[in-house]
Amino acid sequence: MAFQPVRTVTSAAVPLLRDNIDTDAIIPSREMKSVAKTGLADGLFAGWRYLDEKTRTPDPAFVLNAQRWAGAQILLGGQNFGCGSSREHAAWALAEYGFRAIIAESFNPIFHGNCVRNGILPVALDAVPIAALDAVVHIDLTTQTVACAGQEWPFHLDEESRAMLLDGLDPIALTLHDADLIAAFETHDRAARRWAWEPLEGSLHD
Amino acid sequence: MSGLTLFDKLWDAHSVRSLDTQTALIAIDRILLHERTGGIAMKALAEDGRAVRDPARVFVTMDHVVDTLPGRGDRTIMPTGTQFITQTREAALAAGVTLFDLGDPRQGIVHVISPENAIVLPGLTLVCPDSHTCTQGALGALAWGIGSSEAEHALATNTLRVKRPATMRITVTGLLPDAATAKDLALHIVATIGSAGARGHVVEYAGPAIAALSVEERMTLCNMATELAAFTALIAPDEKVFAYFKGRSYAPGASQWDDAVAHWRCLVSDPDAQFDREIAIDAGNVAPMISWGTSPEQSIRLDQPVPATLAGPAGHAAARSHAYMGVDAGSPLIGLPIDAAFIGSCTNARLSDLRKAAAILQGRTVAPGLRAICVPGSSRVKAEAEAEGLDQIFRDAGFEWREAGCSMCFFAGGESFGAGERVISTTNRNFESRQGHGTRTHLASPETVAASAVAGHIVDPRGYR
Repeated sequence: MAFQPVRTVTSAAVPLLRDNIDTDAIIPSREMKSVAKTGLADGLFAGWRYLDEKTRTPDPAFVLNAQRWAGAQILLGGQNFGCGSSREHAAWALAEYGFRAIIAESFNPIFHGNCVRNGILPVALDAVPIAALDAVVHIDLTTQTVACAGQEWPFHLDEESRAMLLDGLDPIALTLHDADLIAAFETHDRAARRWAWEPLEGSLHD
Repeated sequence: MSGLTLFDKLWDAHSVRSLDTQTALIAIDRILLHERTGGIAMKALAEDGRAVRDPARVFVTMDHVVDTLPGRGDRTIMPTGTQFITQTREAALAAGVTLFDLGDPRQGIVHVISPENAIVLPGLTLVCPDSHTCTQGALGALAWGIGSSEAEHALATNTLRVKRPATMRITVTGLLPDAATAKDLALHIVATIGSAGARGHVVEYAGPAIAALSVEERMTLCNMATELAAFTALIAPDEKVFAYFKGRSYAPGASQWDDAVAHWRCLVSDPDAQFDREIAIDAGNVAPMISWGTSPEQSIRLDQPVPATLAGPAGHAAARSHAYMGVDAGSPLIGLPIDAAFIGSCTNARLSDLRKAAAILQGRTVAPGLRAICVPGSSRVKAEAEAEGLDQIFRDAGFEWREAGCSMCFFAGGESFGAGERVISTTNRNFESRQGHGTRTHLASPETVAASAVAGHIVDPRGYR
C-alpha cells in the first residue's frame, strides 16, 4: 500500500502517557467492522474516547477530545506502545485519524512494523524528553532528531524502516527485484529439505 | 568462535540474502491466515493485481469472527461478521489456497489446528497475521506474528524482510510442583520480567522444567511470549515432538520421515552458544497464579494479596488497574465472587487442558447464577473430547459446550461478558474491555478456572483435585 513519504513531522504532540497501550485499546475488535483498511478513524480509542460508544458521545476527560489537540499529528505514549493483537487496523486507524508519528519509550515489535508500513514514524525516546514535549514538536527523520522548545534529542530507527518511510517504498516491489534469487534459494532448499516440501505436494487436492 | 543458538540455525537456514547490517530476506515455509486479518491481506493483494506465489504453502481457517454456538453458519452475532467469513472464503478460493472452512473437521483456532495437522514442523519458518503465532515455536519452528501488510508480502514473495532479533534464553531449572501448570509458569514469567521483558528478543525456553513439559503444555507457555513483547519463543524439538507429529496430516511421509528427524535432531543450541541475554527461573518457586490487573504482568500467586500502589508513573498505572478491576491493594483475590468462567483460546483449549478442567468438574456443578463456557480450540479437540465423554462432564457441571473458535477471548461486538462483570478465564489477555465493555478479566489455568466456577468465587484449585 502506498503512503506519503515521511521526512519531517511538525505538530503539537498529544500526551497519552500510559505504558502498555494495547491494540485493543487503539482499535477495539468491535470497531473493526468491515474487511477494509479504511473506516477506522471513528473507532480509534473508542473505549476511552466515548462515554457512550453507540451514540459516540465524547468523554471530555479523554485527552484526544480536548480542543487544544485537534489536528495534532504526533501522539506520545509510554513503554511497550502497541502491545497485544497484531491487528494492523491499529496503525490504519491512527493514520486515518491523522497521526504521522508516535513518540514512545518503546514499541511492541509487530505494531512497530505496522507503523512503518503505513507511513507512521515510530520514535523511541526516554521518558524524560517525552515529558518535555509540551510545545510544537519537530521530528526530522533525515537527521533522526526530535526538537521542541529549543532542545533537541537524537533517536534511532533501523536502516530498513528509515528507507521505507523516507521514500514511501513498496516492500513487495522491492523484494520482487530479488525474485531470481528467491527461486534459486528454493530450488536448492527443495533438494536439501525434501521433508519440508513433500507434505505440501498433495495439499491442493484435498 | 562460539557456537550457534537454535535461533541462529533457523535464521541462517532461511536467509536468502542480507539486506543491510540488521535486516535479511527470510524465506517463509508456511503462511497461516484467519478471517479477521487474513481476509484483508488476500483481498488487498488481489486488488493490487498480485498473485499468491505458492498457494500450497498457505492455509486458511475461520476462528476469530465465527460464532461458537451450536448450529452456527455464516451468520454471526457480531454485526457485520458475516462479510469477514464470506470474503475470506471467496479470497481463499480465488487464490487456490487450502481452506479449513466451517464444517470442516480441521477447522479451529489457527494455533491449535496448525500443530494438529502438522502444518507447522520443527525447523520451518511460519508466519500468521496474529500475535499468538509464537505458540508454534513450542514445536521448534521459527513462527512469529506479523501484520496484514507483511502477510501480503509473504503471500506475494514467500519471503519477509526481517530485522534480526536479539537472542534470550530463559532457563527454567528444577521441576514445576504438582500444583503448578504451564499457564502458571507463563504468568509467573510475565510477572517476573514484565510485559516488555523480552522486547526485541527471540526467547528460547530451556532447562529441565521445559523438557518435562508435554508438547501441549509447551504451546501454552510459548503462547504468552507475545505478552513479553518477544519477537517469538522457541523450544528445541525433542523425541516428544517427533512422536507428536508422526502420522499427522501434513507430516513428512514414511519416505521422508527419517531424514526429517535427522534434521530436527540438529535443532538445538550448541553448548557454547552465546545468547544476548540469559535469565534463570526456578520452577520450584512457581505456584498457581492469577492476574489481578489489566496487563498480564499484573499477575500474582493465588495466595498473595493484590500489590499496593507505588509512587510515580507505575503507580498511576497500577491505581488505574485497581480501579478498573475493582480490587483493593492488600486484599486477597481468593474469595472474590465471580460472574463467569471461560475455558478456551489458543492458550488453553487443547485436549489436555479440557481433561484437566473436567477432572475437577466431574461430579460437581458450577455455582448458581454463574455463567460458565467451554470452547474447544478446534473441531478435532471437540470431537476427541466428546469421544472421551468430557462434553458430558462439562454439560452436567453446568458449562455451555461450544463449537471451536476464539469466541469470547475478545469482544468483537457480538457476544460478550457484561460491564463490571468479573470473569475468570484461561485466555491470555486481561486488557481493559478485552472480553466485553468494562468486563474484568482474571487470567488463570484451566484448573483454577474450573475450581472457581464450582465455588462461585476465586479459589485455589488444590482443594478441588
